[in-house]
Amino acid sequence: MTVELVLRILEGDRRALARLISLIEDDGPPAQAALATLYPHTGRAHVVGITGAPGTGKSTLVNELAKGFRQRGATVGIVAVDPTSPFTGGALLGDRVRMRDLAGDPGIFIRSMATRGSLGGLARATGDVVKVLDAAGFAVVLVETVGVGQAEVDIARTAHTTIVVEAPGLGDDVQALKAGLMEIADILVVNKADRPGAAQTARALEVALELGRNSAGPGKDAAWRPPVLKTVALDGSGVAEVLEAVAAHRAYLESSGLWSRRERERARADLTGALERELLARFVARVGETALEEWADRIARREADVYTAVRSLLMRTDSGGCG
Amino acid sequence: MRERLRVLIAKPGLDGHDRGAKVVARALRDAGMEVIYTGLRQTPEMIVEAALQEDVDAVGLSILSGAHMTLVPRVIQGLREAGLDHVRVFVGGIIPDEDVPALKEAGVEAVFGPGTSTQTIVEAVRRACGEG
Repeated sequence: MTVELVLRILEGDRRALARLISLIEDDGPPAQAALATLYPHTGRAHVVGITGAPGTGKSTLVNELAKGFRQRGATVGIVAVDPTSPFTGGALLGDRVRMRDLAGDPGIFIRSMATRGSLGGLARATGDVVKVLDAAGFAVVLVETVGVGQAEVDIARTAHTTIVVEAPGLGDDVQALKAGLMEIADILVVNKADRPGAAQTARALEVALELGRNSAGPGKDAAWRPPVLKTVALDGSGVAEVLEAVAAHRAYLESSGLWSRRERERARADLTGALERELLARFVARVGETALEEWADRIARREADVYTAVRSLLMRTDSGGCG
Repeated sequence: MRERLRVLIAKPGLDGHDRGAKVVARALRDAGMEVIYTGLRQTPEMIVEAALQEDVDAVGLSILSGAHMTLVPRVIQGLREAGLDHVRVFVGGIIPDEDVPALKEAGVEAVFGPGTSTQTIVEAVRRACGEG
């Protein structure tokens, strides 16, 4: 059944695409089989992440960027992530409200995703859903994270190009010096630039970038200086410059060899992530949920600490691991 | 059975009051469902497209404009043409009693008028989608 689904996706069947994304969100063997079949067809899309604090205008910017890519002839897949309630497991996914201009275009596919407990700004399955859109032939995949704070930086591993969206009035120049979100930006956008304070915000970001350049921190390639661009996503002004910067960054990634290095880093992260999940699942299947719950009770009653519990649980399995 | 029910809440037509739609969206969210909210002034075509891309189990339409007898059958027909016969359709808003049988005949699962408790709606969606 999954093989048939994959074939239909490769032929451009949008319903099959939507179905497989649901299967991947719910996880399990059928999804993994489908991903294995699709994987050779991936690796062509330019994955662009859009992240930033809630209300900075990420969805509106995604709407404008998608229109721009379409005018330039590229098809666009969009994954928009919103948070799951930690209490009920429900979610209100509202990013489509800002993307109504994109309706009716067969060159665009929008999917809303709930985080389902993940804390890094994306859902566990977001990376795999990006792969499906890539295999389905979308030239650009835009990934909009949840509204993030300072340290939800998973997007940097999923995307080739990360756009960090800021808005005027959200913080002083010290905020711009902090570690985390600022560091992962390949392109910085000050949206709502028609509002007071936009120039100051842009200047604070420029200064922070300049300081970072002098201290030459690790991880960032000195040859790419993230541009600070001003946009008013609501009326589209400044968006053309962002599109140019995205294209320039892609060219830079390819000419510098960074594209393949990032692919390699992502492969490593995907591998360890999948291993962690699989090992934990196998381990729980082996020792049983009840053993886990009993230890949780004891830890809560202060009869044992977490590390003692882990050692004791691991000792129960003969390999000391998860065999 | 899927892990979580996904429901699209949409407002077709031209009236600009979405308070009811938001109340229902919030109630379904609090009942543990993933609710895709599309906002105001959606055409039937936009609703069908969103239902397909989001792979939803149910669609809730909020209509206060009186255009339900035109809009609702167009959404249902569109869903059928897209191969989405399994998607359950609910209607809420100002719907005269005499129109309800015709809407149900057209394929609407249930119609919720003013004063319906959110609990009633949550239970109806769960039941129609094979849960609870």
